[in-house]
Amino acid sequence: MFRNVAAIYLHLAGLLQRKKAGTSLTRCLHQTFAMAKRLQARRLDGIDHNPWVEFSRMASEYDVVNLGQGFPDFPPPDFAVQAFQLALSSDYMLNQYTKAFGYPPLTEILASFFGKLLGQEIDPLKNVLVTVGAYGALFTAFQALVDEGDEVIIIEPFFDCYEPMTLMAGGRPVFVTLKLSPTQDGELDSASNWQLDPTELASKFTSRTKALVLNTPNNPLGKVFSEAELELVASLCQQHDVICISDEVYQWLVYDGHQHISIASLPGMWERTLTIGSAGKSFSATGWKVGWALGPDRLLKHLRTVHQNTIYHCPTQGQAAVAQSFQHEQARFGQASSYFVQLPEAVQRSRDHMVRSLQSVGLRPVIPQGSYFLIADISDFKSKMPDLPGDAEEPYDSRFVKWMIRNKGLAAIPASIFYSMPHRKHFDHYVRFCFVKDESTLQAMDEKLQRWKTELRP
Amino acid sequence: MSLKITNAKRIEGLDSNVWVEFTKLAADPSVVNLGQGLPDISPPVYVKEKLSKIAAIDSLNQYTRGFGHPSLVKALACLYEKFYQNQINPNKEILVTIGAYGSLFNAIQGLIDKGDEVIIIMPFYDCYEPMVRMAGATPVFIPLRSKPVDGKRWSSSDWTLDPQELASKFNSKTKAIILNTPHNPIGKVYTKEELQVIADLCIKNDTLCISDEVYEWLVYTGNKHLKIATFPGMWERTITIGSAGKTFSVTGWKLGWSIGPNHLIKHLQTVQQNSVYTCATPLQEALAQAFWIDIKRMDDPECYFNSLPKELEVKRDRMVHLLESLGLKPIVPDGGYFIIADVSLLDADLSDMKDSNEPYDYKFVKWMTKNKKLSAIPVSAFCNEETKLQFEKFVRFCFIKKDSTLDAAEEIIKAWIRQKS
Repeated sequence: MFRNVAAIYLHLAGLLQRKKAGTSLTRCLHQTFAMAKRLQARRLDGIDHNPWVEFSRMASEYDVVNLGQGFPDFPPPDFAVQAFQLALSSDYMLNQYTKAFGYPPLTEILASFFGKLLGQEIDPLKNVLVTVGAYGALFTAFQALVDEGDEVIIIEPFFDCYEPMTLMAGGRPVFVTLKLSPTQDGELDSASNWQLDPTELASKFTSRTKALVLNTPNNPLGKVFSEAELELVASLCQQHDVICISDEVYQWLVYDGHQHISIASLPGMWERTLTIGSAGKSFSATGWKVGWALGPDRLLKHLRTVHQNTIYHCPTQGQAAVAQSFQHEQARFGQASSYFVQLPEAVQRSRDHMVRSLQSVGLRPVIPQGSYFLIADISDFKSKMPDLPGDAEEPYDSRFVKWMIRNKGLAAIPASIFYSMPHRKHFDHYVRFCFVKDESTLQAMDEKLQRWKTELRP
Repeated sequence: MSLKITNAKRIEGLDSNVWVEFTKLAADPSVVNLGQGLPDISPPVYVKEKLSKIAAIDSLNQYTRGFGHPSLVKALACLYEKFYQNQINPNKEILVTIGAYGSLFNAIQGLIDKGDEVIIIMPFYDCYEPMVRMAGATPVFIPLRSKPVDGKRWSSSDWTLDPQELASKFNSKTKAIILNTPHNPIGKVYTKEELQVIADLCIKNDTLCISDEVYEWLVYTGNKHLKIATFPGMWERTITIGSAGKTFSVTGWKLGWSIGPNHLIKHLQTVQQNSVYTCATPLQEALAQAFWIDIKRMDDPECYFNSLPKELEVKRDRMVHLLESLGLKPIVPDGGYFIIADVSLLDADLSDMKDSNEPYDYKFVKWMTKNKKLSAIPVSAFCNEETKLQFEKFVRFCFIKKDSTLDAAEEIIKAWIRQKS
């Protein structure tokens, strides 16, 4: 911990500044020298880095339009806000613990709602677990099912937590990259052109493969996996007896008439799939942190064991609000008045707005079929301004994002965060933008882009 | 059928859980539930009001800072600085978690490794053992032992650790000791001398201390809650855990916190960013605002930190009286909201309870729930496998209950007494 005298000195000086008057220096010194033993557990090796902290901080320090982190800057729908308020004002016992594995009205509505969608008889007690966000469901799944030495196939680009969660469980991530099929010149690229090579995917399965993580619609690319693509994944999972962890948080955010398909609804897949969902993304209320895992009891029972030994209960009132919100949606399912219909319609317009606007400065967006995000190709900038300031090994897209925050008033996230270390250099010419933003935010974005355009060299 | 789809080894043997079984039993609405530590009193009005107002604020429905909502960590720093000799850095020395339960998990996952030993004082809040095992470490148990109390009333302070026995549990593999004060289930509030013994051993053996202080405000007349992290040499090696649920009687909010030096907290933060990432925003903001109300009036009897223990002391004394009237020997707790009593004196006829492998107190609680419509929790649930028999005559009752619940319990006990005579 203290590698040299200078470090000790600085630490002491820091302590002296912070301490209140009256405490002795001797006590301070005694407090400086803590453990000689290694402090942190080995399971934390390699997973302490958090790229989000830096970009969030920068986005708040500069005057920027924040298109980085994935959360809406508009409120949840009225019925959801009212549901929360009802949860707070009705039974005061909702301020106390509920059932550990999920507030019963919530597990019941999730069972009936998703039972229909998945074509599956879902038991609220055996096949549903409520978690702290989809993030919590993912963590619970990894801890329950991934063991030391197990391999986990992760499709790149990937939501960045899959890799450290695999590592924390002692697993070995095995990456397979979505590859871009070439487009016609001049045409904008589409996320659907990013595909898995079937032979390459098959080669990633070994006798040690425990799980495959699927994310559809995909973050950051916005790809919505087609039925054929899901059938490919499904057949390999069955052939190799592998669990599919299916992250479907953006399941309602699909555009252009595309259909979200849950892999658990394919033949033979329910028994080996965990389907993970998010109230935050479903109801534009990311701060509620309510998520769920659906699956067969033989998998869920292990998630329940983890759950009861990690957090045990999820907060009650958020669950009550989500249950009520799902009741609202179930009554309107498929109709024009359903939020799950209205939200993607509105967000599609925002997507289209962003796609048009970004091009004005030479960014080339990849059109997403779903999710909150698109990635934009910054190759032109990479060739025109190859030397942007940054750390020694810092990928280009990260330097570009920082430059854009400082100089152009726009915040985004470098796509290389969503790639494994060895592959970052191949994908350092993309940045991710979130378009689930209020019209006023998109207009503010337009203003920044217009200014940027005038600053471009002719 | 699948051979490969099995659970990870880390959860092997951790699937059973006393609460799942006993809360199901007590769920019958005709049962007076003095089992699970769940207040049926209303939280303070201003706490409910704060949350209600906040739900209407747009931005508070979206993600907040992962390690703790800014206004909440500021409030926590401000509150706890009053007890520590240093200022507390809200961003580096505090982590907000999913209940104190989540803090325990983050601390154990962050700081305890496979092969480490962790000392656990028995009886113990039941999650300590499985959490230590899930981290691949070995729990080392030491029981609290009672001194003889002939004549006088049995108190939680009669239960102590033998200093030599405790010292013998430490070795080079000992990574941490888990301390719980006020203690669940006995209600013991560790004294300065007792904490000094533990502190001395931690320092001598270069060991961490995970101090579960969720009941810190619930101490009764004649007792004072002391923080071991304030003892010389202890700040650097202690994680102190607190709970909104127990502080404001809102267990369903599931917010807790860990406080400690950055060189420890940062590892809990690493676990956080790889497990839940962030806690719910509206609840954290409401909690911050509730804290500010009470931080401003800490000397006022109206401050919830003062009014709740006063209210509970009355309930405690009522429970003691009730249990004594039944012929039981309760251990009067100095803190917390549980009371344990030796029920073997009742000599209840448990012959119709099946499953004779279960400890006496499990059978007793099931019998009492079924026949007397009163539920409690068997204390041997708070013991490890080998030592269940040491506490199998004891049953735990929760008294953070509204008067009508305690009235109903009183009715049951009076009828029971009549039946006996």
